[in-house]
Amino acid sequence: MAVASPVAANISFRLNGETVHAPSAPSHTTLLDYLRARGLTGAKEGCAEGECGACTVVMVRPGEAGSVYKPVNSCLVFLAQAAGHEVLTVEALAHDGELHPVQRAMASGGGSQCGYCTPGFVMSLFAEHYRPGRNGACETAAMAGNLCRCTGYRPIRDAALSLGPASADDFRARLARPAPTLDEFACNGFARPASLSECLGLLAADPGARIVAGATDLAVDTNLKGVRFRRLISVEAVPELRGFDDAAAHVDIGAALSLDEIASRWTAAPTFFHEWLELFASPPIRNRATLGGNLATASPIGDAAPMLLALDAEIRIAGTASIRGVPLHAFFTGYRKTALQPGEVIHSIRIPKPLPERVRFYKVAKRRLDDISSVAACFALDFERASRVAKARFAYGGVAATPIRATTAEDAVAGFPWDAAAAERAQAAVARALSPIGDHRASAAYRLAMAQSLIGKFHEETPR
Amino acid sequence: MKFVGNPHPHESAEGHVTGGALYTDDLLERFPGVLHAWPVLAPHAHARVLECDLSAACARPGVVTTLNAADAPGEADSGANRHDEPLFPKEVLYHQQPVAWVLGETLDAAQDGAAHARVLYEKLPAILTIDHAIRESSFHSAPARLHRGDARAAIDASPLRTSGELAIGGQEHFYLETQCALAAIDESGGVLVHCSTQHPTETQAIVARVLGIGENRVTVECLRMGGAFGGKEVQANAWAAIAALGAWKTRRPVRVRLPRALDMALTGKRHPFFARYTAGHDERGKLLGIEAELYSDGGWSLDLSEPVLWRAIFHLDNAYLLPAAAVTGYICRTHKTSQTAFRGFGGPQGMVVIEDALDRIARALGLPPHVVRERNFYREGDSTHYGMAVKDASRITRIWDELRESSSFDTRRIAIDEINAGESNRKRGIAITPVKFGISFTATMFNQAGALALIYRDGTVQINHGGTEMGQGLHTKIRQIAAESLGVPLETVRIMPTRTDKVPNTSATAASAGTDLNGAAVLDACEQLKARLAPVAAALAAEGRPAGFAQTVEAAYRQRIPLFAQGYYRTPGLSYDARTGQGKPFHYFAYGAAVSEVEVDGFTGDYRVLRADLLHDVGESSSPIIDMGQVEGGFIQGVGWLTLEELVWNDEGRLATNGASTYKLPSWAELPEDFRVKFLTRAAEPGVVFGSKAVGEPPLMLAISVREALRDAIAAFGKGGLVELDSPATPERVYWAIERARAVPSTSVLNEAAAGVARP
Repeated sequence: MAVASPVAANISFRLNGETVHAPSAPSHTTLLDYLRARGLTGAKEGCAEGECGACTVVMVRPGEAGSVYKPVNSCLVFLAQAAGHEVLTVEALAHDGELHPVQRAMASGGGSQCGYCTPGFVMSLFAEHYRPGRNGACETAAMAGNLCRCTGYRPIRDAALSLGPASADDFRARLARPAPTLDEFACNGFARPASLSECLGLLAADPGARIVAGATDLAVDTNLKGVRFRRLISVEAVPELRGFDDAAAHVDIGAALSLDEIASRWTAAPTFFHEWLELFASPPIRNRATLGGNLATASPIGDAAPMLLALDAEIRIAGTASIRGVPLHAFFTGYRKTALQPGEVIHSIRIPKPLPERVRFYKVAKRRLDDISSVAACFALDFERASRVAKARFAYGGVAATPIRATTAEDAVAGFPWDAAAAERAQAAVARALSPIGDHRASAAYRLAMAQSLIGKFHEETPR
Repeated sequence: MKFVGNPHPHESAEGHVTGGALYTDDLLERFPGVLHAWPVLAPHAHARVLECDLSAACARPGVVTTLNAADAPGEADSGANRHDEPLFPKEVLYHQQPVAWVLGETLDAAQDGAAHARVLYEKLPAILTIDHAIRESSFHSAPARLHRGDARAAIDASPLRTSGELAIGGQEHFYLETQCALAAIDESGGVLVHCSTQHPTETQAIVARVLGIGENRVTVECLRMGGAFGGKEVQANAWAAIAALGAWKTRRPVRVRLPRALDMALTGKRHPFFARYTAGHDERGKLLGIEAELYSDGGWSLDLSEPVLWRAIFHLDNAYLLPAAAVTGYICRTHKTSQTAFRGFGGPQGMVVIEDALDRIARALGLPPHVVRERNFYREGDSTHYGMAVKDASRITRIWDELRESSSFDTRRIAIDEINAGESNRKRGIAITPVKFGISFTATMFNQAGALALIYRDGTVQINHGGTEMGQGLHTKIRQIAAESLGVPLETVRIMPTRTDKVPNTSATAASAGTDLNGAAVLDACEQLKARLAPVAAALAAEGRPAGFAQTVEAAYRQRIPLFAQGYYRTPGLSYDARTGQGKPFHYFAYGAAVSEVEVDGFTGDYRVLRADLLHDVGESSSPIIDMGQVEGGFIQGVGWLTLEELVWNDEGRLATNGASTYKLPSWAELPEDFRVKFLTRAAEPGVVFGSKAVGEPPLMLAISVREALRDAIAAFGKGGLVELDSPATPERVYWAIERARAVPSTSVLNEAAAGVARP
């Protein structure tokens, strides 16, 4: 297989309208590193972990028709991952000294003070400006992945609200054409196979290699913890891992679909999914992060697991021989440990249907948006005809070494009316079953209090 | 006026939005052969360095050399005043303190080298909390004491007494651009340091001291900063010194840039405080006397902790008359980052204490807090507890009344109580709080500024001044002032990067005084030039020749009239005795008030700011877009400090919240849904450049209204009694406060207030 042999290939991609051939670099080199070394210093490093958005650039990605601009954190894109992509940085926007309308809006009304975060805001707003189907003003939620320390956001909000429809310029014209398709690619320490069999082959040949999807977690490890990966295998171009099927008996979600792609593919997604999605990181992260990646890291505070546990999801795992299914509650085997065996990759996530009647996702954190949860909870209820609970699923993140279900609380509710007494029984069961730890996000006592209190909130918000 | 007072966008706005505006690290590619510096970090909060062997580090590929104390030709210390910040310490005083540095061809190489340094430590016991420091009597300085009258006697004679204790958290600056310096040997044997610093002159002095050379051989340039907020007032110096020392040793350019995690681990923050107070008052809530003890957590070195503490002591009054006061302040010496300047400079902590006390008194008396606040306002003729007449004291009441009216405070107060009566799990709260903030450096000598204005023969202008641009819009205002004075278009005035070889011996751009000082100095320079050019222009006009600016300038040149001028300004009328804390430390006060309304979720302690109304006194705004940005941005930054920004050090003294994922800044979610900000009208400040007022710091303290609104909402979960709430008011702290409020059986128990309330 061609991709299996490490070669010192150039990393070629479209950058601001021209094709660039970046020489092979250490695999932890980020797109941001490359841009800045190239003199494109508009993108800044503010945190190196995808929180502040100062490094935001846009990628041209496939849309429903043609293409769309998607902001991404260039500090969390390994340079090799950019191969074959099409990237725009802030330097591409102004033409002949004339500011782009987005830039004009940000500049004229006090949208910048120190200016360091501004290129990132501009790029997020640029992508929003050209969002297909946008009617009316730009939505400020599009900039939820950008932090500003100076302005307090009001002038940036006003800049967004002042923007009318995108004019028929070259940037809009670009969206009529297809986005680049990703081919297989390999360079030193990095391989991007274009089929599942190749991917599994590479993994079999080098069991120490690390699977990478959106890199929104792995790149944080390389940037901040100095972790180095000898070899990365990207699943970004593996079609089998990028499927989506909303079937009669279940929803299958490809492990390598970005959260943003899932949102656009799952047209019949229930309300709770969208509520959950809004609380999941930020737009640039959602444009890269995958469900497979979020589950494979097995973080006890990951946002996907509580919801998927409450939905009784199954993890479908691809090995060389076959695809096997593991219930999600059996997938997490310990702190940051999963049932994945060497040589396996997560294929997809299967959510059984019908979906539960009542589902709510809650996230307790210091900050409402783009924060890591102290406690996350997802509660799902099905009812019998007599208003009794037929089935309950109470799932938590942040209260144990793995995301867990509180089965004793479920048992305390199932078969009974969903009344205050039932909620109190569930709370008591949770209090007995859980013993969370305290850390810089929250004390153990607060976590335990929240695990109970959220049941009360759920009861108040979903009376029966 | 043509320019001053008009809404001009930030002078660099176009550069900001295009990415064309450069910051120190953006210059990297302009320095071929630049070396990257990385520190060897101590893994203890307190330890003795027994041995530091860098030979293995030197042997790593790509490592060029290392830096230790023996490499410094001068004094290897960056402590500005007390010389208490060794660059290569023998005793580690905080977790991750650099003990040596490695210079590499690449950052990877330098990091790899540092990882191979062999350092032996003897771990020593560390002091990590204010409590612990008090127990060990670990202080940086003798206590600071300020007295008015006999506070003890006044309290004893009072009909009622209220006591309280309060922990106030610190705050990470989280300037988006982290600390950065880039040093190179210049063409004539000097050192040029590009540095993200609020105080280029001090950076220059420290670099010269470390290199053992004259200050005239060091030039520091600050192009602009990606935010600073006080965090680069003194804390930029060490990194500049390391870069310069590296360049001096290797004769190659050297870059020091702290990535976020290091910046947060190594640099100082807003001082955490612990406060204890007893107030004597009457049944109407009128203060009769107050005793307060303030303990600040100064961290490992002295830094600016003394003036920060003094400003806290000065601002313990906020807008209220303290008829008798005894305030004692202590700077705790702990094994943590060296806490430093941060927008407000101690003032916010002082104000939180008095606002905490007044809310407590009001709830103890069963009175609305805003009524008790009003009753204690300064009136015309009053003086502060440090003996300064409260200039324009009537503005406090004027702003208060206007804001109550414009925010519909009274009707909303009633409406909120009604809403709360019908809700058990969600409560609203509302509060109005004032701000009075003293403007000037409290160290009188810093209240001076210089400028250098150059006119070229084509009529274009360069302005040099001592202030630095960190986003606050100083250069924008200076440009407006210069264009106004000279009568030229804005576009012909270029504000030059701040350099120590243009204007010497400058003060830090700090204390909100950047425009007051530098603007006045620039105005002085421009007015001199204008005076020189006026007769030339008149003569041209009399001869019927074109007398535009460019023609006038050319004619002046031919007449051998100098086309450059130095400007200078010193703030008049300051007199302050640092030993007694008495006198007139401030030129004037900036005033404001805010009304905030919040909604709190009783299940989680989570909350939202539903509406905020701000009315702030910026004098006659010289640049409304800029000033509005300072008011709004300062408020939100203050909301962050008081609500979600939480610094957590673990038992080892390591900062556990050392990145954007663990330390949460205000985001879009913290922008109040309804945000109404106005400037006070008819507010020109005589004796200040173009009648404007300093605006950088004061609005931050308007955010105290959010904290007080949260307390109001928490009280509504109970029966309206006392609310103990340490700062920051994270959802967790709010949740526990709600639980306490729900558990309290009765309210307005005067004897409970008189006895003081024990901390949980």
